[in-house]
Amino acid sequence: MHIPDGFIDAPTSLAAGAVAVTGLAVCVHKTADSLEERDIPLAGLTAAFVFAVQMLNFPVASGTSGHLLGGVLAAVLVGPYLGTLCVSVVLLVQALLFADGGLSALGLNVVNMALVTSFGGYALFLLVRRLLPRTRASVVVASGVAAGLGVVLASLAFTVEYALGGAGGASVSTVASAMVGVHVLIGIGEGTITALVVSAVLATRPDLVHGAAHLLPHRRLVVGPRVAPEGVA
Amino acid sequence: MAAHVHALYVHGTSPLHRAAPQCKLAATVLFVLVVVATPREALWAFGAYAVLVAAVAALARLSPAVLARRLVIELPFLAFAVFLPMVGGGERVDVVGLSLSVAGLWAAWGILAKGTLGVAAAIVMAATTPIPEILHGLERLRLPRVITAIAGFMVRYLDVTVEEARRMAIARQSRGHDPRWLWQARATAASAGTLFIRSFERGERVHLAMVSRGYDGTLPSFGATAAARDEWAWALAVPALAATVGTLAWWWLP
Repeated sequence: MHIPDGFIDAPTSLAAGAVAVTGLAVCVHKTADSLEERDIPLAGLTAAFVFAVQMLNFPVASGTSGHLLGGVLAAVLVGPYLGTLCVSVVLLVQALLFADGGLSALGLNVVNMALVTSFGGYALFLLVRRLLPRTRASVVVASGVAAGLGVVLASLAFTVEYALGGAGGASVSTVASAMVGVHVLIGIGEGTITALVVSAVLATRPDLVHGAAHLLPHRRLVVGPRVAPEGVA
Repeated sequence: MAAHVHALYVHGTSPLHRAAPQCKLAATVLFVLVVVATPREALWAFGAYAVLVAAVAALARLSPAVLARRLVIELPFLAFAVFLPMVGGGERVDVVGLSLSVAGLWAAWGILAKGTLGVAAAIVMAATTPIPEILHGLERLRLPRVITAIAGFMVRYLDVTVEEARRMAIARQSRGHDPRWLWQARATAASAGTLFIRSFERGERVHLAMVSRGYDGTLPSFGATAAARDEWAWALAVPALAATVGTLAWWWLP
């Protein structure tokens, strides 16, 4: 999914770069409001987690394996703004340190895999969650459906970019059907794994799942003699 | 892999290793943009770019074998380039018994040439710049502090997290874990969930450790210094040369 240099022409790449910078500026602004700089170590570790999870192979069929893209997973776990920032940092580091994804295509990759996947996927997550009852199972199902469709959304974004400034050769409809077809299959894997990961985190630390924050009882901290257990002086 | 280097880094003391990171980053990005903007019909221009990258790699005393070995990163992307001549429309030619689209072949050549040059340029930059310097460079290039700070923590804990994932995989395998189908993926997913919780909790502990050492919410700058004017001039000479080639390529377009 990482677009290399030369796939999409320079004007489209630069335009995508401008969209990416604008989108990330909004994310930086939003996270600065709600998180402040104290949570930067957490964001860095979340980005390291997204990177590691992309190296984790899961079985697909008959011994072949795939890996997670993690855009929607990050958005459901830490929220769409911080999730987008983390995935974008992963893409930046992959392009600079590992030559993975073209430097001129960094804007395109951030748009497809961070902005479109995380925000589009998170919007779908909220929509599906609203249609289902207020339970943990609904959060799991919603994150799975959203993650699967998020991958398809990213492939649609790629198709739009190809139509605007692709290297040509094949017609847009051929590329669209091939890309979307392949990514529907990838999406099934992505959705299944994302749902399973979210359910695993919900089982032990439900407080760490941003997308399930509405399910947690609102607890107040009470300090005083009334909370002292019986028999303790 | 030590904390200050990364998979593509090659230790050295060449002029390129010593150059200011912000100059190298800017020069690499500009060079790649020029390559991408060059019309693919101008075959000679891509030859000139390749000579330019090879000259810079020689200046950095990188062996061609190292460069070639690292170029294999690009292989998966070439699948799409191979697919274009087969499904492309328009005029067709016969190449060793296969009927291929001419437009598709040109598109595939463009992706191959530009993609390879882009990866080669990125490898030369990454091979001569350790991680802290790349972060200094990004900071000097006015990237928001939130992003460089997140990136800094990420690269510091990358090995810890990746190794943790690898240990969990070994633990699963040593208990006979060998899933072959998607519906057997629960154990892998549970590991990913555990990995997230451990990463997050490690983040909390790192934050507490920082607070107890006097962290007040603002990170110190990475200590990047401004580059001298002649350093910029040397670095920007590379994309400037490339831009000259690119302009000539547009001029003499057949």
